[in-house]
Amino acid sequence: MSALSYAAPSTVQDAIGLLSGAKGIAKVMSGGTDLLVQMKMGRLKADLIVDTKKLPGIFGITESAGVFTIGAATSGAQLGEHEGLKAAWPGVVEAANLIGSTQVQGRASLAGNLCNASPAADSVPAMIAAGAVAVIVGPNGQREAPVETIVVGPGRTSLAKDEFILQFRLPARPARSSDAYLRFIPRTEMDIAVVGCGVSVTLDAQGVCTAARVALGAVAPTQVLVTAAANALIGHTLDTATLAAVDAAARAACNPITDKRGTIDFRIKIAGVLARRAAKIAYDRAGARA
Amino acid sequence: MTYVGNKADLKVVGTRPVRPDGVDKVTGRATFGADFNLPGQLVGKVLRSPHPHARIIKIDASRALALTGVKAVISAEDLPNIASEEAFVGEGPMNFRDLSRNCMARDKVLYEGHAVAALAATTEAIANAALALIDVTYEVLPFVIDVNEAMQPGAPLLDDNMYTANVEPKPTAPSNIAKRVHFKKGDVAAGFAKADVIVSGTYNTEAVHQAYIEPHAALATANADGQCTIWASSQGHFMIRAYVAKLLGIEIANLRVIPAEIGGGFGGKTVVYLEPLALALAQKSGRPVKMVMSREEVFRASGPTSGASMDVKIGATKDGIITAISSEMRFQAGAFPGSPVQPACMCAFAMYDLENVEVTGYDVISNRPKVAAYRAPGAPIGSFASESAIDELADKLGMDPIVLRQKNAVNQGSKTHYGVTFPEIGYEQVLAATKAHPHWSAPLGPNQGRGVATGFWFNIGGESSAAVHINEDGSVSVATGSPDIGGSRASMAMMAAEVLGIPVDNVRAIVADTASIGFTHVTGGSRVTYATGMATVQAAQNVVADLKKRAAMIWDISPDAVDWKDGEAVPAGANAGGFDPLPLAAIALKAGRTGGPIGSEVSVNAQGAGPGFGAHICDVEVDPETGYVTVLRYTAVQDVGRAIHPSYVEGQIQGGAVQGIGWALNEEYIYNAKGSMDNAGFLDYRVPVASDLPMIDAVLVEVPNPRHPFGLRGVGEVPIVPPLAAVANAVSHAIGIRMHDLPLSPPTICAAIDAKG
Ligand SMILES: Cc1cc2nc3c(=O)[nH]c(=O)nc-3n(C[C@H](O)[C@H](O)[C@H](O)COP(=O)(O)OP(=O)(O)OC[C@H]3O[C@@H](n4cnc5c(N)ncnc54)[C@H](O)[C@@H]3O)c2cc1C
Repeated sequence: MSALSYAAPSTVQDAIGLLSGAKGIAKVMSGGTDLLVQMKMGRLKADLIVDTKKLPGIFGITESAGVFTIGAATSGAQLGEHEGLKAAWPGVVEAANLIGSTQVQGRASLAGNLCNASPAADSVPAMIAAGAVAVIVGPNGQREAPVETIVVGPGRTSLAKDEFILQFRLPARPARSSDAYLRFIPRTEMDIAVVGCGVSVTLDAQGVCTAARVALGAVAPTQVLVTAAANALIGHTLDTATLAAVDAAARAACNPITDKRGTIDFRIKIAGVLARRAAKIAYDRAGARA
Repeated sequence: MTYVGNKADLKVVGTRPVRPDGVDKVTGRATFGADFNLPGQLVGKVLRSPHPHARIIKIDASRALALTGVKAVISAEDLPNIASEEAFVGEGPMNFRDLSRNCMARDKVLYEGHAVAALAATTEAIANAALALIDVTYEVLPFVIDVNEAMQPGAPLLDDNMYTANVEPKPTAPSNIAKRVHFKKGDVAAGFAKADVIVSGTYNTEAVHQAYIEPHAALATANADGQCTIWASSQGHFMIRAYVAKLLGIEIANLRVIPAEIGGGFGGKTVVYLEPLALALAQKSGRPVKMVMSREEVFRASGPTSGASMDVKIGATKDGIITAISSEMRFQAGAFPGSPVQPACMCAFAMYDLENVEVTGYDVISNRPKVAAYRAPGAPIGSFASESAIDELADKLGMDPIVLRQKNAVNQGSKTHYGVTFPEIGYEQVLAATKAHPHWSAPLGPNQGRGVATGFWFNIGGESSAAVHINEDGSVSVATGSPDIGGSRASMAMMAAEVLGIPVDNVRAIVADTASIGFTHVTGGSRVTYATGMATVQAAQNVVADLKKRAAMIWDISPDAVDWKDGEAVPAGANAGGFDPLPLAAIALKAGRTGGPIGSEVSVNAQGAGPGFGAHICDVEVDPETGYVTVLRYTAVQDVGRAIHPSYVEGQIQGGAVQGIGWALNEEYIYNAKGSMDNAGFLDYRVPVASDLPMIDAVLVEVPNPRHPFGLRGVGEVPIVPPLAAVANAVSHAIGIRMHDLPLSPPTICAAIDAKG
């Protein structure tokens, strides 16, 4: 039986070196709430685990000129306790806080949620709607990429074997901007999204939307940035016609499967409902941030 | 001695002492099945079939045995080939041949997860690696999962020799229909002819699992001289002893089974799975062997209860008098016969005093795990159909559904369609309490609906043993053979304390192993507080008689001249003499000088269990856009005869209601096109979580059962009978569409709403 190696390097360079030099399957680990569970279930056999938690900058939330920088391994619980982040990005925080239980919240991270590359990951549609950028490190140094470019299919990311995410960056917010995330599950908690939807908007003084991003989860092999739904919002208050247009655009963006968590028809319908409802919450929140 | 009727005289029964198993459980010290270990023990694992139906051509374990650390491998060839023989030690009928073949497949695998081989190795990692080295050659066969499809001519046959029992004339061809059951009273055609209103419909439920938190676990040793011991958690260590002894050909006296604390059973632990395999591996390896199922194995390889497809037709006059009921119930049995279709056919209509009724049931095998008992086996399923139909009838008549039930309710002396005439029962009292409850008349908001449903369970007595011993310091030990799954240690201690006239704190109750107490039937059928309680009460009464004798000896008067009062011997009257009372502790101290230790063991076959009835009210709100159901309010009313420990009784009622709510809303076995279960884990097998539920208001109605010293009835099963229909009726009212299929998951409700437009 093959052995499993574990390393917790204290510099980014060492971490990259370990990943570059690894034979067999090397996995980066943040909270481990996906990785360790998959290994225990026998779905994943790793030869090397590189734990990120001793790396400088991997934890914590900082703000500078309205731009938030979030360490990749920062836990959901830490996000939920940061008043500044909650005020600026309530949708991102509520999405991250939906992950798992109190125990899981103590570990689960945004990077892990993203790089596990599940179509149903909760924080990802919110991060995409927020226009979040991933700060990626690798043998060739540092690069930045929009969050929606990271996941390329179920379980697959665009990161190279020896790259990993060090931080996320959320852009500065104009006045009257806010966001929201909603997911549908058949229970109240401890479940996986049947559909998830993140909406981020900026309004003018009249309540007309001047900028918007809408993203859906669990309705396609990857999260979908729904430009048509954003376009349906931009230039409008949230009247009945706008809501109907957002609903239709969200449904049109779906390419789901029927599985144990929901049928194709159900997922498509719920995507429209959640897009409307999340837009409503985001508008209300944005209006309150004059 | 009967206490029925004068509740005010009771000092212990009816109070709420702290539960005796609570501290161990909340501090993590309780030793469950997987907590026992022995020096030198091996890890046992089961190789399971990936196919729902296949012939086993060859099992080659040579590569596994060659792996260092692998100590034994077994398959059906290593176990006795058991002939067909009916047994009744568990909670339902059990054929030893089927049981043996369910524990280890012989010739054919009949469901995905069916055990094909088992092995024991020095570590878990080696055991897991070795499983992959057992080479099994299968001839894959066509399979059938759905019950209605399994009944069709031409369906893949699981057993070429199965001819439907109880059909005249005997069928000429084999089928998957193991058995037909039939109950008839009066003339149904004549009854429907008299009806002003008729409702009829087909109702479907899916297979659901008991979802006990503790997976099956067993540790077994076999000594060189043939003495064997098993440590396991179950609903009956005497059941384990009987089954394992039979399956492995061991003399019962050579097998001792030691019960562990049990982390939930709900009927699912009234059979064996791992126990015979662990012992066979221990015999073969000469080392203790421990086996623990994963959650996935629990779902795929232990017994859920049946899914079913049921037709119900009810006719009534416009005044709401039921004139006829006819029904056909088709139940999944899993891979071997034994679904609870018979009790379903009986219980579904037992609440109604009917002139004309005809119910036919079919026990149907298909390529699913063999079903096991689940709380009031069959009754929730059948009652989902019957109580949905009754609700539809009330809607059609424009009548309060409780009033409709009151007009047709059974009472003492009513004769059921299965032949039994009811003794004292409390159905009318339950209906009256339900109707009077403020919940029934509370206002509802938009998208909200209210449902009511009722339920019946027989409750049973049966064989039980209990011992009461007075210790030297006057404290009292109670030992019984009943695993405690619902608070029986508390209730046994309380009943003994009541009879002895002492505080319950002075009594400690335990569950004794198979070598330390007389035979005791499983904890099931809501029988323990009744039957084992009866044995305990009788043992305590014997002890009181003995204590009086001892006091008489000390005082040198006739035993007739001694009374027992509040834990003390007192002279029976002025003529008996002027002695100071002799407390129990003082008599205990002198036991050596008055004849030796004081104690009594009693074994009974208790008869006269009191039938149980309940009625549940459920309020829901349905999100019309998503089909999401919020349970807003839930009230469960039940005749409990008399509550020994009311908190435990309320807990039973709340637990039953919650399991029923889960059954109604989201729980189901989901099969994919390959005949494999798609949701073998708690993520996608959705039991309700705490935040899904309102507080369940349990209302105790006490109509004493005069055949028990304290008047009690079984309480553990009735509360899971009404919820399926109560929830479905509430949802149907909230959306204005009669819902016929469980679970009422959001996609199902959404599809119904969209279809209506
Ligand atoms: C009980 C339970 C409930 C859950 N509920 C939810 C839920 O409701 N919603 C939901 O979305 N998820 C849920 N999850 C899944 C999981 O908790 C989340 O996806 C979590 O965010 C993963 O974060 P982590 O830090 O634990 O990731 P890890 O397990 O450490 O990693 C996950 C993956 O990401 C990779 N990775 C980790 N860090 C980095 C990095 N810095 N750069 C590149 N790749 C990286 C790993 O190699 C691995 O492939 C649940 C899990 C459990 C056990």
